[in-house]
Amino acid sequence: MTATPTLPNSLRTLPDERGHFGQFGGRYVAETLMPLILDLEREYRAAKADPAFQAEFDGLMTHYVGRPSPLYYAERMTAHYREGAKSGYGAKIYFKREELNHTGAHKINNCIGQILLAIRMGKTRIIAETGAGQHGVATATVCARFGLPCTIFMGAKDVERQQPNVFRMKLLGAEVRPVTSGAQTLKDAMNEALRDWVATVENTFYIIGTAAGPHPYPELVRDFQSIIGKEAREQILAAEGRLPDLLIAAVGGGSNAIGLFHPFLDDAGVAMVGVEAAGRGIESGEHAASLTGGRPGILHGNKTYLLQDEDGQITEAHSISAGLDYPGIGPEHSWLHESGRVDYLPVTDREALDAFQLTCRTEGIIPALESSHALAALETKAQAMREDQIIVVNVSGRGDKDIYTVADALGAQL
Amino acid sequence: MSRLATAFARARTENRAALVTFVTGGDPTPADTATVLDALVAGGADVIELGMPFTDPMADGPAIQAANLRAMAAGISTAAIFAIATAFRARHPDTPLVLMGYANPMTIRGADWFATQCKAAGVDGVICVDIPPEEDDELGPALRAARVSPIRLATPTTDAARLPAVLAGASGFLYYVSVAGITGLQQAAQGSIETAVARLKAATDLPVAVGFGVRSPEQAAAIGAVADGVVVGSAIVDLVARHGAAAGGPVRDFVATLRAALNRKETVA
Repeated sequence: MTATPTLPNSLRTLPDERGHFGQFGGRYVAETLMPLILDLEREYRAAKADPAFQAEFDGLMTHYVGRPSPLYYAERMTAHYREGAKSGYGAKIYFKREELNHTGAHKINNCIGQILLAIRMGKTRIIAETGAGQHGVATATVCARFGLPCTIFMGAKDVERQQPNVFRMKLLGAEVRPVTSGAQTLKDAMNEALRDWVATVENTFYIIGTAAGPHPYPELVRDFQSIIGKEAREQILAAEGRLPDLLIAAVGGGSNAIGLFHPFLDDAGVAMVGVEAAGRGIESGEHAASLTGGRPGILHGNKTYLLQDEDGQITEAHSISAGLDYPGIGPEHSWLHESGRVDYLPVTDREALDAFQLTCRTEGIIPALESSHALAALETKAQAMREDQIIVVNVSGRGDKDIYTVADALGAQL
Repeated sequence: MSRLATAFARARTENRAALVTFVTGGDPTPADTATVLDALVAGGADVIELGMPFTDPMADGPAIQAANLRAMAAGISTAAIFAIATAFRARHPDTPLVLMGYANPMTIRGADWFATQCKAAGVDGVICVDIPPEEDDELGPALRAARVSPIRLATPTTDAARLPAVLAGASGFLYYVSVAGITGLQQAAQGSIETAVARLKAATDLPVAVGFGVRSPEQAAAIGAVADGVVVGSAIVDLVARHGAAAGGPVRDFVATLRAALNRKETVA
């Protein structure tokens, strides 16, 4: 969160003072929550300007999370794509190794920031929603670290398919509350967390796990996650003496992607691809690609692209990756999509599974299914770029949690 | 005078609070909603709130969540909601009808489209749960232009600093959400309601109706002694859940007990 000089006409100055990214974002919440949201914004502004807050955040990032995460030259992955490419083609591929963070994903960056805010605001109880369980584990972790009670809302369907993470959360002392309403996945967990919050605003802080929700959440989550892009920028300059040509990250709500992209938004030479979950294919209707297959609407406190029918009823998302199984996307991504600064590509379950296995075998890294969507984009991008060009892929999480899902998809018995 | 203003004025003339009743549109089916609405009127409701179902009703408790699911399973649509409203208006020319729901179904075709439909269907007011004053650049102005009342919500967390923003552009009545929470569960302490209503009435000339967690005639009477209106929702929705297409009779009888309790205002106060 160090102040970087902002160029005129910067793409990095949003949101505006009302939390809008163009037409997107905002604060679409019940009146009960408005005063708290305004209070959170004031507190966040104060924290951002407070060197002591920044120092505590940085210290925990170094000593507790284990940052900086490496920027790793994926030599065999690079060679894999060069084989079969036209002569002189096949970009140099780097991985930003967020999967090496404490708790195994980028989610912890945001949780550390938000729990410091919660403590600063005098809140004594934490709630969170989770899809894959990564954000739930990260939240339970920081609650254990700071001694605050914590309730995690998780769709009953996700509880079933993410048992290892459910057990992790319980080991860490969290209460996991399965949500049986609606589709029983991430959006329903978020509804239930909001219902809890509206009744407990006095003492409870809601740690939202992605760069979505009512302002100031999309901004503050982005700011905490921007440590990914700031490090990557320094690391690639040290390794290659120049900026990358392309950044790739998976987008569900979009926090790992915005964290990587944001520090590079004003670098015109850096192209960016956000990868959406296309599930069984966009044409099947069973997908979670809000930008490719949705349109703007209002849900969970913000205006953004949503999967919905003609009456504005939210439709169910599908992805093999529980962390991408959400019918919306962070509002800044909607804006970056409409402004054309970032390209958003759909990747199917099948393509993600192929990338998952390829990454295991060529690099000895088991990536999360979420991150596997980003890795799958290399199939079309790597060979189309010259050898002297550089791609950075955000490996946002590790895939240990996904081995049961993958085994099932591959027909293996565990 | 608008239907809403007339209804509150009449109740005041009769020295009682107005009875505002909520049911979910399309529950148990779109075809059966008319029977339920007629039962509300027959039981003595002064104002009808018709809930527009939404897949993600974040402010609602289990009773209204379940009603939304029943209505959607039975095929409710925005067109069907307006058809229900239009038919209600033809049967009941004088009873105010308010749509209550969430931002996305109300704005997905544009705020102007929604306001025009409301006007054409004879809808008197709109309560949108998740558009606070800060985001009301489109829906509120569109409704006002169509002479439909945007009804604002005040809550226990609405402090003195925010109240003027909440009241600016409010019309019809002010809906006081008496508990910080979701519909149908907790019940506010009578003392806190009295304090809040007094504070709100000092700040606005609009009638103040109190809702969330009001389930019994006794509660309704106690709140009616201090407020201009009492809103009852989940308790009626529960009856629709239990009796389905046959809910007309039980709903009418229950609403009549609520109304009788409000009629006895002086003995309670």
